[in-house]
Amino acid sequence: MALDIDHPIEGSFQIIGGNFDTAGAASSQLKSKLVELNVNEDVIRHAAIATFEAEMNVIIYAAAGRLSYLITPTYIEIKIDDMGPGIKDIEQAMQEGYSTAPEWVRAMGWGAGMGLPNMKKNSDEFKVDSVVGEGTLIEMTLNFPE
Amino acid sequence: MKLSDIVEKLSLEVKTCKAGLENEVKGAYVSDLLSDVMGNSKDGDVWVTLQTHYNIIAVAGLKNLAGIIIVGNRPVQDEILQKAESENVTILVTSLTAFETAGKLYQLLK
Repeated sequence: MALDIDHPIEGSFQIIGGNFDTAGAASSQLKSKLVELNVNEDVIRHAAIATFEAEMNVIIYAAAGRLSYLITPTYIEIKIDDMGPGIKDIEQAMQEGYSTAPEWVRAMGWGAGMGLPNMKKNSDEFKVDSVVGEGTLIEMTLNFPE
Repeated sequence: MKLSDIVEKLSLEVKTCKAGLENEVKGAYVSDLLSDVMGNSKDGDVWVTLQTHYNIIAVAGLKNLAGIIIVGNRPVQDEILQKAESENVTILVTSLTAFETAGKLYQLLK
């Protein structure tokens, strides 16, 4: 069902690298926005998973990043770009179980090599662009069911 | 089953958000990997874990979990409890291990 909005809604949140204590803030705010707009529950659930994983990757690996979103009547587009180390081999990074996270991050229960696969599984379109030494851009689209 | 029933049957200690005891528990999920919980837990699950850091609160909130049961008497820092209280996430603690907790929950919820 198409969303009852007159015009697309956009917004963005800053994400600070290394800031584990506030991790999830951007995803939670986006989720609240989607709840407020009466977006389909399954879409909200998928969006929450995908954005939190992306947000965590920025916090774990990058100096800083940004989550931006565009909500239209028929889909949501979410972009996460960061100033991070970049991904050398995207195909390898997409493999479930592959992770380069340091040991202390793994001890917190992250770095299981599920982040990128979770993002892909929970979005209808998924794209990663990355330049080593510059950063990573993740683009995800979630369509509303018809 | 309500979260309060589980608290009573497993003799859990309620650390935060008493209002959440009214939550309907639909199932349970046991994991210490946060991405696993993000990916595979379901709305209304009670989550059994030994993790005690800030991110568990965001996970519980984003996934609409009924509550978090922290096992093995692991201490939870006051700042984490305050955050959970402000985010309306119910944290329960137990001296039971994850295995014992899961076994009891399975009997109650299967």
